[in-house]
Amino acid sequence: MLTKRIIPCFDVLDGRVVKHVGFLNDRRDAGNPVALAKQYCDAGADELVLLDISASGEGRLATRRVVEQVAAQTNIPLTVGGGVSAVDDVRNLLLAGADKVSMNTGAFRNPRLIQEAAHRFGEQCVVVAIDANLNPATGDYEVMIQGGKVTTGASVMEWAKQAEQLGAGEILLTSFRQDGTRDGFDLQLTRRVAESVGVPVIASGGAGRKEHFYDVLTEGQADAALAASVFHFAETSVREVKAYLRERGVPIRWLNNAL
Amino acid sequence: MIAILDPGIGNLHSVQHGLARAGADTVVIGDATAWERAARQGIRVDGVILPGVGAFGDAMFQLRHTGFIPIVRDTAEKGVPLLGICLGMQLLFDYSTEHGRHDGLGLLPGSVVRFGQGVKVPHMGWNNLDHVASNHPLLTGVSVGDYVYFVHSYVVQAERPEDVLASATYGDTVVPAVVGRGSVMGTQFHPEKSGDVGETILRNFVRLCTQSQTREVLA
Repeated sequence: MLTKRIIPCFDVLDGRVVKHVGFLNDRRDAGNPVALAKQYCDAGADELVLLDISASGEGRLATRRVVEQVAAQTNIPLTVGGGVSAVDDVRNLLLAGADKVSMNTGAFRNPRLIQEAAHRFGEQCVVVAIDANLNPATGDYEVMIQGGKVTTGASVMEWAKQAEQLGAGEILLTSFRQDGTRDGFDLQLTRRVAESVGVPVIASGGAGRKEHFYDVLTEGQADAALAASVFHFAETSVREVKAYLRERGVPIRWLNNAL
Repeated sequence: MIAILDPGIGNLHSVQHGLARAGADTVVIGDATAWERAARQGIRVDGVILPGVGAFGDAMFQLRHTGFIPIVRDTAEKGVPLLGICLGMQLLFDYSTEHGRHDGLGLLPGSVVRFGQGVKVPHMGWNNLDHVASNHPLLTGVSVGDYVYFVHSYVVQAERPEDVLASATYGDTVVPAVVGRGSVMGTQFHPEKSGDVGETILRNFVRLCTQSQTREVLA
């Protein structure tokens, strides 16, 4: 049976993993990305997502070296995103060793990027990341871009469907409201998107306890759940989450020798 | 040396890294000219990997364009171990119906069709093997229940059930996960991304390549 996936995510700034501390833009060095990636891999993570948050070209080159090293040292799928706005960006990340490339603002501004990347490299490696925010006036979820700085007014459901039609192999859906709260995933959002598209949906934003993963993978109908700080701060571990899911009958990949 | 054929579509680093972890030396070959150059330099090819991402028709076009088709056929005829990965496995069969009918390499009898309704496509993620021919040398150490990483929208329908060495189930569909006859083998999943189970399979393949080399030297 196809299993639900647990995906640790980390932010990479100029070649180092950083942790966001609290709600301020206070970032702390979280160490060597390759060592962390291996650690998650050994713990039974099903995939890794690495987001490049470098602003400068030099920072991006440093991140590219990290992608190369992580790809060489791990044996699970690796998705890389951050600042992807052209087919060449996709190509460069794939050449550095990414298995999939995540695109967000770049794809929203230029939807043909999805089509071109899917055509050239295959749909399986095109992940469209959508940051969603609830508009309380309409009750609809709207697409946010530029890391949540810009509200587009576009419907998340419509954009997700369009992205799928253009060739997205997967949707990485982040609830802007829940992100960083550790209050749990946005189940309603996740479920509505998962019901609207035929491609897998990765839920993101709000993981704080192992129960949250269970909720989003069952009631939320997500195919995978992504989390960052909850794993980095060791509030729960990949293994603990998986053990909990397994006890409750959620199909997951269980490694007896996981650390 | 294991040759990885790169018809210029996808990223082959993960395959290369996977084989390196399995202890093999690899060379990436971009077209027939590069293959001949390697031969002139005395590079001895003990096994061939046929990767593949993208669409079936495009991949066959690229194989033709790069002059790889006779090389792959020759590899199969000589009995040098050949491993198709993902789309590369599908290409071993007679034809696919992906975006119209396209002929494949025809090294194994069967066709490639889209998944039926009722399941999310692509079949993406970790699925467990529910049938494993564990006596096959490619699958030594691999057991029923082991998880491997799949990403594909089309599925092989092998004409000879005995060519299916391992399978998984997705919805109502039995998914051939490992196929093989003689030295021609394929995995629908990505062994290079399938954790320790995938590494076991790559190590087995590398061992098969070394053994076939030994045989050739003795002969």
